[in-house]
Amino acid sequence: MPLKKTLRGLLLLPALALLAGCNAVLLHPEGDVALQQRDLIIVSLGLMLLIVIPVIALTLFFAWRYRARNTQASYDPEWHHSTMLELMIWAAPLLIIIALGALTWVSTHKLDPYRPLDQLSKGRPVAAGTRPLVVEVVALDWKWLFFYPEQGIATVNELAAPVDRPIEFRITATNVMNSFFIPSLAGQIYAMPGMETKLNAVINKAGEYEGFSANFSGDGFSGMRFKFHGMSDQDFDTWVQQARKSSETLSVDTYQHLEQPSEREPIHFYASVAPGLYDAILNNCVAAAQKCADSMMGFASDARTKAPDMHAMMRSGDAAHADAAVAHDAMSMSMPMPAASESKSAPAAAPSGHTP
Amino acid sequence: MFDHLDLVKLIFGRLTWEALPLHVPIVLGTMIVVMLGGLALVAVITYNRLWGYLWHDWFTSIDHKKIGIMYIILGLVMLLRGFSDAIMMRAQQAMSFGANNGFLPPEHYDQVFTAHGVIMIFFVAMPLITGIMNFVIPLQIGARDVAFPFLNNFSFWMTAAGTVLVMMSLFVGEFARTGWLAYPPLSGIAQSPDVGVDYYIWSLQIAGIGTLLSGINLLVTIIKMRAPGMSLMKMPMFVWTALCTNVLIVAAFPVLTAVLALLSLDRYVGTNFFTTALGGNAMMYVNLIWIWGHPEVYILILPAFGIFSEVTATFSRKRLFGYTSMVYATIVITVLAYLVWLHHFFTMGSGASVNSFFGITTMIISIPTGAKIFNWLFTMYRGRITFSVPMLWTMGFMVTFTIGGMTGVLLAVPPADFVLHNSLFLVAHFHNVIIGGVLFGLFAGINYWFPKAFGFKLDEFWGKCSFWFWTVGFYFAFMPLYVLGLMGVTRRMSHFDDSSLQIWFEIAAFGAFLVLLGIISMLIQFYVSFRHRAALRDVTGDPWDARTLEWSTSSPPPSYNFAFTPLVHDVDTWWQMKQAHYKRPEEGFIPIHMPKNTGAGIMLGGLSTIFGFAMIWNMWLLVVVSFVALLAVAIGHTFNYKRDFHIPADEVARTEAARTTLLANHV
Amino acid sequence: MSDTHAHVITSDANSAGPLQFHLTHEHHPENGTLLGFWMYLMSDCLIFACLFAVYGVLGRNYAGGPSGAEVFELPLVAVNTSMLLLSSITYGFGILEMQRNRLRPMLIWLAITGLFGAAFLSLEMYEFLHLIHEGNGPQRSAFLSSFFTLVGTHGLHVTFGIVWLITLMVQTGKLGLTPENKRRLMCLSMFWHFLDVVWIGVFTFVYLMGVLK
Repeated sequence: MPLKKTLRGLLLLPALALLAGCNAVLLHPEGDVALQQRDLIIVSLGLMLLIVIPVIALTLFFAWRYRARNTQASYDPEWHHSTMLELMIWAAPLLIIIALGALTWVSTHKLDPYRPLDQLSKGRPVAAGTRPLVVEVVALDWKWLFFYPEQGIATVNELAAPVDRPIEFRITATNVMNSFFIPSLAGQIYAMPGMETKLNAVINKAGEYEGFSANFSGDGFSGMRFKFHGMSDQDFDTWVQQARKSSETLSVDTYQHLEQPSEREPIHFYASVAPGLYDAILNNCVAAAQKCADSMMGFASDARTKAPDMHAMMRSGDAAHADAAVAHDAMSMSMPMPAASESKSAPAAAPSGHTP
Repeated sequence: MFDHLDLVKLIFGRLTWEALPLHVPIVLGTMIVVMLGGLALVAVITYNRLWGYLWHDWFTSIDHKKIGIMYIILGLVMLLRGFSDAIMMRAQQAMSFGANNGFLPPEHYDQVFTAHGVIMIFFVAMPLITGIMNFVIPLQIGARDVAFPFLNNFSFWMTAAGTVLVMMSLFVGEFARTGWLAYPPLSGIAQSPDVGVDYYIWSLQIAGIGTLLSGINLLVTIIKMRAPGMSLMKMPMFVWTALCTNVLIVAAFPVLTAVLALLSLDRYVGTNFFTTALGGNAMMYVNLIWIWGHPEVYILILPAFGIFSEVTATFSRKRLFGYTSMVYATIVITVLAYLVWLHHFFTMGSGASVNSFFGITTMIISIPTGAKIFNWLFTMYRGRITFSVPMLWTMGFMVTFTIGGMTGVLLAVPPADFVLHNSLFLVAHFHNVIIGGVLFGLFAGINYWFPKAFGFKLDEFWGKCSFWFWTVGFYFAFMPLYVLGLMGVTRRMSHFDDSSLQIWFEIAAFGAFLVLLGIISMLIQFYVSFRHRAALRDVTGDPWDARTLEWSTSSPPPSYNFAFTPLVHDVDTWWQMKQAHYKRPEEGFIPIHMPKNTGAGIMLGGLSTIFGFAMIWNMWLLVVVSFVALLAVAIGHTFNYKRDFHIPADEVARTEAARTTLLANHV
Repeated sequence: MSDTHAHVITSDANSAGPLQFHLTHEHHPENGTLLGFWMYLMSDCLIFACLFAVYGVLGRNYAGGPSGAEVFELPLVAVNTSMLLLSSITYGFGILEMQRNRLRPMLIWLAITGLFGAAFLSLEMYEFLHLIHEGNGPQRSAFLSSFFTLVGTHGLHVTFGIVWLITLMVQTGKLGLTPENKRRLMCLSMFWHFLDVVWIGVFTFVYLMGVLK
């Protein structure tokens, strides 16, 4: 019986070899964050194998050694306690977990997706004053919408970023929860309606990578994929220019049309974006009749799932909105919302906003 | 809600002919097969005039042994259903590449994986665990029954009622398309307006009441009904793990009840707990459901640990190594089970400190778990190990579970989880521990205690076939999923574009096929053993030369379990009794006080099914009627004061004399 | 717990003489109903804990709707609270009579308890209907959803308690103060006082703190 087990173990070996050769993207990522996560997986596995391999080996060995037919082996039916052994039994896993726990604490803080990057790759720190490329990500049913506030463009189901420039993703969703994941770039983070999560990452090599939703979101989920392009600065500029030349612009109407559930949506480029649209999506107030969540009293705002900050509102060029938001803190709980109609982040205004 | 108060709506709610799967050939076929099978079963029972027997001896029985067996039968039947879902998923994923969309459209595939998860956890693992605990605990602690025998019967029928609702969803309407935990907003009324999520809610709500009550029942049984002399530190290991499991049940299931109630309010009343608008917070659902969900994992695994402890000691013919440290390990796991729930959603964006806290508490659980594995290992050390089927399952567990535990700790490292979360790596991990831990444990338990329940052993050959098919099949089915996880493949996909993945899914499908052979072998094993029951007969009541009290009575035990209440001096009581050449008393019998059967449990279960069905389909008239009926039956039952009787001394004497003769003839 | 049965053991492993391995008389384990009912109450307590936690998370999410300070009528709630507290006291008197085996006075106290309970429920119903009538129903905001659910769940428990109370009054009226009936009365007593304790939590956490802030 143990022999068969060993055989089975041997059968698994070629599988591992195959794995090394095949496209196991988590083992060969091209983004520094994902690379560090890969290293962490390997180190942790190594640490645990220190105890797992002896356990499995001992199990098989004891099973074979103390089989009933082997009358030569010693038999001690009343032996059931040994302080020394018990100490070791508890200490061995404890030591491994102390090591692993320390590693976890350090790496979790270092690889916190909210933390701005401090290196582009091993040995190449991020230059002081580098501004990350900001991309605002919205998970729709069932496609991805990307805003590039710096460039003033937006795309659907295609994402690009220059190689070796830190990227800061701000992520939200419209209806249901999704998870924004580009395995080669960095770990995933949930995209949740009414909330914003963040992910800092960098891609180190030009190329085309897979991106998708990693959290089941309904019938169109399987097709909710996009390509992520790592590009040289020059290529990225060309890509942006291409988007700017697009005949489509993302007005509120276009967005409301886009928002309708659809599957396997082709790539779109939008030359410009209605001002404040991302914030309106985040606050669930794109439609003219809706009040923005951030303008309503007492919205749950812990540090991580915050309503948009003042910067975002200024950028949207909607002064009334910003004023309303300032007032927001001062207003008492009990005050009904006469200001609600003004405080809508009226994205229905002219769509020209940022395009140069 | 009450917009259209016309009579048809009031009676039938939203149920129309459309709800029947007349246009979906696969489901229609299944439905016909199931209905024919059901009819055949009814015909056989009627032909053999078994209804009376079933009603008096089983359905209304408050005997913990029979209720335990009914739970196990329920669990095994549902295993077949859950596994057919698994086969469909494996087949779909193995073929759905590129232009080929497989045979399941997404809206059907999504129901299949939801139903698979829900059924396997709630209607396979839970009934099997509860069934084994029900059967074994009173016997192991030397009691005549559980603390609340009627409640036990009621709990079973509530679980059965939930099961009936889940099975109905296959043929009338649809099941949830949300994944097994039904996260909102996807499970909210806006995204899932159909009956699927309502089936989910009501089947779990009703079965959950059963589970909670059975948890309280077993807890009181263990605390109050142990035989004299059995102090806590002299309880068999299985009773310890069952105690901890039931503590977890009582402290976790209310959370499930509450969170599902809130989801139903959102869906039925239009409240805003988990909605996107008007201040709702869907993430609260995710937190709450995992506050139940993580302890649930330990609810399942702890009794399995107990089974392995019993089996290892028995088949190594040796005292369990490190009993005390095993007990403390179990308690530590029980406490820590409540401190780790957030590791199921590190990717929600909690801060690094919160994530590391939950990651590290998760890792700490592996310390007591590791200690347990070592304890089993050193129980085998210097033993005389017989590789009967229960011991084979235990060996399979020790190897498989260790691997699953390792990948689990890996997933507890938050940055690693960011890339592995929701991937097939995760799917492989939890199947690795649930199949390799819980299911292997249950199979070990079923093979181990089967002779006690039915008086004959299970066939060894088919048992071994089943073990090898399951184990090898498991590795073929799930190792490829680990690989796919590392290839960045996420779970719950019904279609793939990248054809280089296909080979791995095909290997996995082959593994599922081997597991199918394992399940078939098990069914053959039951059949063959039943045919050869004379040859496999266990006359002694102690076929394995075991160590704990249940083996001191006959197989199957008399309804009163023990003619005289045992006195306990040691953990391995029966072993000690055998060492001391204990003589069975053959005279001086006294009348035995026993609880009486009642039909109230099955009636309440039936009415709950109707109530649940009416709620699902918004049949408000039936809702009111069935609820009033439920209350009436429940109150009516409390007017029944004659709930017990005495078995006369001479009947006990006759039963015991028959056993004496049997034992004498055997030797 | 482990020592409850110690006295039964006639000889332990160290003393001389053969070990006894069974009792020769019928063993009557202690009745577990009260312990079981305690466990049920604790599990119920967890349901309330969840609802309190949910209220804690959502209790300020007014979504443009009214806040607690605007809609709570403290005087009404104070009257309501006193109804429930009084009902607990009268139930206590009922139990005292039960322990003296005086059926009729006990039934009278139970009836008074029931009336206080019904008064509590009526006031709560009035409060709810009033809120809904003003357009501040549970659908209005997450705050109101969690408020209605927490308070309503408590109200449902009280309703159930009253049904139970009536059932027990009928049963004791018919069969007298048998040990079973006494046990049931004790269970209901725990249930009733438990609801009181929960209500004190609701009153403090929801109403008082809601009005303060």
